[in-house]
Amino acid sequence: MIARHLTDPRLRAYLWQALALAAVIWLGATLVGNTVTNMESRGIASGFGFLGRNAGFGVTMSLIPFGETSSFARAFLVGLLNTLLVSALAIVFATALGFVVGVARLSPNWLVAKLAAAYVETLRNIPLLLQLFFWYFAVLRALPAPRGSVDIGGLVFLNNRGLYLPVPIAAPGTPEALTVVGVAILLAAATAFRLGSPAARHRVRLGCFALIGLAVFWLVVSVGWDRPRLAGFNFRGGVSLIPEFVALVVALSTYTASFIAEVVRAGLQSVPRGQIEASLALGLSRRRTLRLVVVPQALRVIFPPLTNQYLNLTKNSSLATAIAYPDLVSVFGGTVLNITGQAVEVIAITMAVYLAISLAIAFGMGRYNRAVAMRGT
Amino acid sequence: MRTMRKILSFAVAAASFAALSAASAATLDTVKSRGHLACGVSQGLPGFSSPDDKGNWSGLDVDYCRAIAAAIFGDASKVRYTPLSAKERFTALQSGEIDVLSRNTTWTQSRDAGLGLSFAGVIYYDGQGFMVHKSLGVKSARELNGATACMNAGTTTELNLADYFRTHDMKFTPVTFEKSDETVAAYDAGRCDVYSTDQSGLYAERLKLKKPDDHVILPEIISKEPLGPSVRQGDNQWFNLARWVLFAMLDAEELGVTSKNVDAMAKESKNPEIRRLLGAEGKFGASLGVDEAWVVRIVKQVGNYGESFDRNLGIQSRLKIERGLNRLWTQGGLMYAPPVR
Repeated sequence: MIARHLTDPRLRAYLWQALALAAVIWLGATLVGNTVTNMESRGIASGFGFLGRNAGFGVTMSLIPFGETSSFARAFLVGLLNTLLVSALAIVFATALGFVVGVARLSPNWLVAKLAAAYVETLRNIPLLLQLFFWYFAVLRALPAPRGSVDIGGLVFLNNRGLYLPVPIAAPGTPEALTVVGVAILLAAATAFRLGSPAARHRVRLGCFALIGLAVFWLVVSVGWDRPRLAGFNFRGGVSLIPEFVALVVALSTYTASFIAEVVRAGLQSVPRGQIEASLALGLSRRRTLRLVVVPQALRVIFPPLTNQYLNLTKNSSLATAIAYPDLVSVFGGTVLNITGQAVEVIAITMAVYLAISLAIAFGMGRYNRAVAMRGT
Repeated sequence: MRTMRKILSFAVAAASFAALSAASAATLDTVKSRGHLACGVSQGLPGFSSPDDKGNWSGLDVDYCRAIAAAIFGDASKVRYTPLSAKERFTALQSGEIDVLSRNTTWTQSRDAGLGLSFAGVIYYDGQGFMVHKSLGVKSARELNGATACMNAGTTTELNLADYFRTHDMKFTPVTFEKSDETVAAYDAGRCDVYSTDQSGLYAERLKLKKPDDHVILPEIISKEPLGPSVRQGDNQWFNLARWVLFAMLDAEELGVTSKNVDAMAKESKNPEIRRLLGAEGKFGASLGVDEAWVVRIVKQVGNYGESFDRNLGIQSRLKIERGLNRLWTQGGLMYAPPVR
């Protein structure tokens, strides 16, 4: 009876899977149990209570207010936001640059094609960490000290501490003026619907533009500007972009762009020549051929490897710790880990976060990919 | 069947791996059977632990590890050095990758009590200081309001600096790097106004700058940084040996035993303190798990504390750091070792 069941291939497959699962669970439980026992017997503190304690250190750049009295949990948030910011920006730039270079590699223009090829071969064959150091130290050394800053119209300043920009200070009446601009834009947009005569719509549009112009003029005149001023060692006021941030975004996007360029080239080349010839023979212009025939088919090939590049970029952003950009690994996996000494907890949280970010990107890209995928084949 | 064997062997391997990490054998026995000491050092801090172009390590922290090897094996060269960044160091010791951490590490309450390690003593009394470019004209740390400070991540430096600026109601921007080489390079490139670390480290790192003479070290010391070697908690035999190797180096200096006269002293000295230290009287080495000539070998191969200090940090070195607090207690310093008896 049992023997007959054992020879049933489906049942056996389940049995093996159950065994494998049990082995994995047992292994995981042993590891966790062992770690906990060892840490206890060696007197190493454990648990997540440390997250609520005072951090006691400062951070170069944070998107949310952070000071010495903030908690470790807030330090985590600061690092996470900085990681997300730098990844998101670099993904946008890398994609734009990668598409341009990828298309350029297929250009009939010899010089353009070779330049693009040289870009790809150079950038993708040098380790990212070295490129990061290059951008960081090249940028730093090229820039003047704060007292000799590059002054652009007395508003924008550039030195080796960063790029300093003025920020507007809201004056009384600013929200109202912004509302006027918003309503005017909506009205102008509404004229796209064919209501009333063309002449009337034209008049409404003109009125809207006049309103927008007036409101913007009023804003420019009345709003105060928090300008960066040289005070003591450095500029105060305004907003600043620190060189670590710039170097990291530049390094990540130029490096990843070289891979994306190859992905794009492969995608475009995957469309059979016959399709283009057929399209031209049907009388479609070159532009329409590209837009209606080549790109939609190429995108299907491009998307899965493009997702990989996005994931790589996000994970590569952890190299930030080498050049003092306060990302998650630097702030949380570095400083917090060392102050608290709770390596297991901190590293576990950090890994979980990267996993979550990567899965989120993969999920988003996967949805889009399914939407453009060929059906019924 | 093949699959089953694969799964089984995998499980057995995993189990034995887990069991291996669970067992904490006596460190001294492990070291003896391995044939060398695994010593965690810095990634290159002149005077404390730095490799030369042939890969030979030297420095005060290195000498301490050599002294342990001399005591155990009779050969100071039987040490494997593991360079560790500030944030790797405790994990390396906790996990058993190294036997002793001798890496300019500050002894603090939370590290002593919460990290599962024990500090064997203080090998260098340090304090955090500041270095600035001369052209800034800064004479005191109190003038540093609004400055940008370069420092290493995962150190007490970060916390001390935040405390100092908060105490004096000043603002600063921290720029923290993982490795000290990048910290120094960024400071040299003008990214920061101030470079802050332990004062001994400032003297050492200044040598790496393009124009060392253009930089001054400010007089203020803003913290207590007792640097010392540490071992894993719970192995008292090993802890005792680690602590007494350090004491032996200090006692040797106090009693005037040097690498040059140690052989003669061991044979001829009438001073009972020296005779006990050098194993001519009593059985003091046995209780530490080494033989009676352990101090003779330490002093002969490595030198006493003063010799090591002078060679690595003091007058005979490029750093030329004053002994200061690190003088013996008999000369107005803080270095004081309990007697061997």
